[in-house]
Amino acid sequence: MIEIKNIAKTFHKGTINENRVINDLSLRIEDGDFVTVIGGNGAGKSTLLNLLAGSLEVDEGHIYIGEKEVTKMKENKRAKYIARVFQDPQSGTCKDLTIAENMSIAQRRGKVRSLKKGIYREEKAVYKEKLKELNLGLENRLEAKVGLLSGGQRQAVTLLMATLVKPELLLLDEHTAALDPKTAKTVLDLTNKIVKENRLTTIMITHNLKDAIAMGNRLIMMNHGRIVYDVRGEAKQKLEVKDLLRLYDQEDAGLSDVMLFG
Amino acid sequence: MTSILISALSQGMLWAIMAIGIHITYRILNISDLTSESAFALGGAVVATAIVLGIDPILATVLATISGGLAGFVTGFLHTKLHIPSLLAGILSMTGLYSVNLRIMGKANIPLNMSDTILTKLSDLLGMARDRDAAILLGVIVAVIVIVLLIWFFNTEFGFSIVATGSNDQMIRANGVNSDLTIMAGLMLSNALIALSGALVSQYNGYADVGQGIGAIVVGLASVIIGEVIFKNKNFFITLVGIVFGSIIYRLIVALVINLDFISANDMRLFTAIIVAIAISLTTFKKPRKVKSHD
Repeated sequence: MIEIKNIAKTFHKGTINENRVINDLSLRIEDGDFVTVIGGNGAGKSTLLNLLAGSLEVDEGHIYIGEKEVTKMKENKRAKYIARVFQDPQSGTCKDLTIAENMSIAQRRGKVRSLKKGIYREEKAVYKEKLKELNLGLENRLEAKVGLLSGGQRQAVTLLMATLVKPELLLLDEHTAALDPKTAKTVLDLTNKIVKENRLTTIMITHNLKDAIAMGNRLIMMNHGRIVYDVRGEAKQKLEVKDLLRLYDQEDAGLSDVMLFG
Repeated sequence: MTSILISALSQGMLWAIMAIGIHITYRILNISDLTSESAFALGGAVVATAIVLGIDPILATVLATISGGLAGFVTGFLHTKLHIPSLLAGILSMTGLYSVNLRIMGKANIPLNMSDTILTKLSDLLGMARDRDAAILLGVIVAVIVIVLLIWFFNTEFGFSIVATGSNDQMIRANGVNSDLTIMAGLMLSNALIALSGALVSQYNGYADVGQGIGAIVVGLASVIIGEVIFKNKNFFITLVGIVFGSIIYRLIVALVINLDFISANDMRLFTAIIVAIAISLTTFKKPRKVKSHD
């Protein structure tokens, strides 16, 4: 269970550019929930994810993962509980290391890095099997530098890496936004598969309203740093894109960045 | 001619350790670390002062290496804890260290030609006639040790983390690694090697000079880039061996150029800077476009 209690975050505090990005936000996510998050630019979606992951620190409020309070915990410590896939396909992997080496880094997420060997033969065999499940032919390229992969392949590998050690929370920040439609679909299908198989508690930001409705069991809409709409279960399944668009209108959120698919 | 060759070979071998240090910051950590300039002089300052005080030259060289690590620590601290941009942090360290080096030495130059050094010890041991021959052997021994240790180190969990920090610190933090620590370790390792090189070069030259590090970073870069041009393979072992060759080739070029009538020794820095500028621009122009596969 993830619990966020009355958190707030202001950028450029005390200056003329003061910007209250997250505004007294509370949210409780049950184990196994798959939450999609929508909202206009500047609604605070990415900031929320960064606060959860610890890349940013909250000004006020508390964050709990299970029973544990992580509000003040540093990003690299919190990584023990949280795995992320970023929007930029380059962000989730290291281009100068091989696929296998990247996976070995993820395999040790949350552990102290010692002077033990960075990767063992037996590990590689496991990674090979895991890569096979992606159906991208990457199982034969274990020793290839990740920099040689396409954006879609890199996101797929990043997803796999995020789940090598089961996280308490998986954060997906528009992780298909930089991909072409076909690749985006492959990665989304893969996301669904991995989340289901591992019963991962997941938060996914997306600008694609269709995906936001189709994926997950709960949908949240953000505006001005608050949650303005929260729907789950059957009610969510019945949603249509036009319903959400109407909400955007009501919330005077800019429509400019809403992708109208379907 | 042979003496030019031997001199280039011995100098190239000893300076190669410095170039390997530069490679760690410039290529692996993606930081242009100017601490190198003073760390090289620091290595000379510490080794010469220690030797003159009567400390065994091997121990003195070890002390010099450690002092370089400390210099790297200072830069790392300025950068990661005080959030000073890496380039500026290096400049601050470099500037401050100049005074530290003068303090250590007590004067701008310490002659070593009357003292026992690693080189005199080695040549006595092997009954060699000239210390210069011992320099080549010493350079090979040190280079082999350094390369073996680095290959081991960069294949450990921690080594992977340092490489990943250099190319993507967001990724390494998201995987639970404190990137401040890996940056710090990389800077310490780099400057320790650079100081080691400075200590060896001082013993080879027969003196330590507070100005001996000026331009070192450019010489190191030249060696790194010449190595990359010759050995295009990206394998870490080949890269390191390439740097050693790059360093020797750089010395050969210098030896040849300096013999030209219209070029004086004073022109060398300008010459080196031009070589590096041309080489870097060539390597970036020639860089193959990123391979993109379709999926």
